[in-house]
Amino acid sequence: MTPRLLDAGETALVIEFGQAIDPAANARVLALDAALTAAAPQGLVECVPTYRSLMVHYDPLVLSRSALVAAVTSCLDAPTLAIRPGRLWTLPACYDPAFAEDIDHVAAITGLTPAEVVTSHATARYTVTMYGFAPGWAYLGGLPPALSLPRRTSPRARIPAGSLIIAGGQAIVATMAMPSGWHILGRTPERLFRPESATPFPVAVGDQITFTPVDRATFATLQRRAVAGEVLATAEPL
Amino acid sequence: MTALRILQAGPLCTLQDAGRNGWLRYGVTPAGPMDWIAHATANLMAGNPAGGAAIEIGPGGIAVTAEGGPLRIGLSARGFAVRLGPNLLPTRLALTLHPGASLRVQPGPEGVWAYLTLAGGLAVAPVMGSLATHLRSGIGPLGGGALSAGQVLAAAAPAPDAPDLALIQLPPPATDRFRYVPGPQADHFTEAATTAFTATTWRVSPQSDRMGYRLTGPALTHARGHDIVSDGIAFGAIQVPGDGQPIVLMADRQPTGGYPKIGCVIRADLPRLAQTRAGQAVRFVPVSVDEAVAALRAAVPTLQGMRAGMRRVVFGGG
Repeated sequence: MTPRLLDAGETALVIEFGQAIDPAANARVLALDAALTAAAPQGLVECVPTYRSLMVHYDPLVLSRSALVAAVTSCLDAPTLAIRPGRLWTLPACYDPAFAEDIDHVAAITGLTPAEVVTSHATARYTVTMYGFAPGWAYLGGLPPALSLPRRTSPRARIPAGSLIIAGGQAIVATMAMPSGWHILGRTPERLFRPESATPFPVAVGDQITFTPVDRATFATLQRRAVAGEVLATAEPL
Repeated sequence: MTALRILQAGPLCTLQDAGRNGWLRYGVTPAGPMDWIAHATANLMAGNPAGGAAIEIGPGGIAVTAEGGPLRIGLSARGFAVRLGPNLLPTRLALTLHPGASLRVQPGPEGVWAYLTLAGGLAVAPVMGSLATHLRSGIGPLGGGALSAGQVLAAAAPAPDAPDLALIQLPPPATDRFRYVPGPQADHFTEAATTAFTATTWRVSPQSDRMGYRLTGPALTHARGHDIVSDGIAFGAIQVPGDGQPIVLMADRQPTGGYPKIGCVIRADLPRLAQTRAGQAVRFVPVSVDEAVAALRAAVPTLQGMRAGMRRVVFGGG
């Protein structure tokens, strides 16, 4: 399918591969993102991958729209697109009721037991499809269909940093405290956003994530280590 | 150490350089100035690069003084009342501010945002490569918060010896018309909604801030529902949520969003929109990308273009 090119004003171009959440479209987004970032035409400001589209911010006084379209077309036509080899991150996650306000509600709606909800959420292997909404909020593809349910009817004014939340068939690691209408299943002590670090975001779009359940005492220990600057997650090449 | 002391600060005074680019893919908003033309003008008046760090002065104004020695200041504050001691000054200027003298930028007949810079910049540590401030996430220099009375900002360089200057230019003609490029989800609206969008005189809602300017008017109808799978949001994107009331997303916008966007205000007209106060009228006129780029090219302030309007003056700063 030929992607659609849509203008978002004169300084951003959207290359849209679909209008639904679709792993195949996301793979094409990530491939174009990698190719265009590598091609780095002068005047390209930055690319923002989402589930289904790539937004390219550009300076039209340096890079004309037609030159950008030509660069995009040539990346799309390239026989093999170089995608950065991703990594698999294993994150500690605590599903203790103190951190899992909505687990009973999710269990009731999905017909699973709370323990089954935990196992289902923790053992799934997710792909980071995009970041959005707030710094470090990682949108994960690959939530088991059994955990599909709509958002809460009334959003919460603030959910804690590290919340593991689900809604609409998607999962998020909510790295920074924000308002949200999604269901809270647990919390990770890992800090996916480290503003003080030279690499503030260790996990890239396209990487994979899975979770290891830990109890509340372990969570407290790990959280102290994370706050002290330690990276808790283990990463292995895919 | 030569430094700028903040004597008084209204709400929403923040440090802003041209923006924290390069982190959008991790959900980090670039922030940066609401009015990039006034921001660049203040910097150029001070002899800085156009995208240098400046204090963005919010609608309540600010008062500052120099400590430890004179400061060379660039200011762009159209619509505000600018005073050095008791004297009313032009709103766009470069001056040497001496210790003991206070420069006040106070709310005036129009405008929302003004910019104040130091020649040579501020000795403030950048965060993630930038001196822009995003209040909602707290990402930015000096703890990522708004500036307040009592704060002292060190100058990065001694003040150059230069004459006081005023920039005297005719303001752009007053108009409530704002040009926009349709898309990326213009096809998500009914024909009647598209017609109503350009036919309506919208009003800026008081519920407007650095994140977005909310507009009030007749509800626009979506042709295919008001939810889309989240995609990127550009500065100036006009998103229309379920209630049909457009929101123009500004400097502190979220990086991605799930409401259809009927168009995007062109870069050349965004400063004028940013300076539009609550209750004022806004109308939209569609243009092509080519027209938007031509308007942008004409809008970029340059020292060369400003030179004819610069007048040597003596402000009596101290």
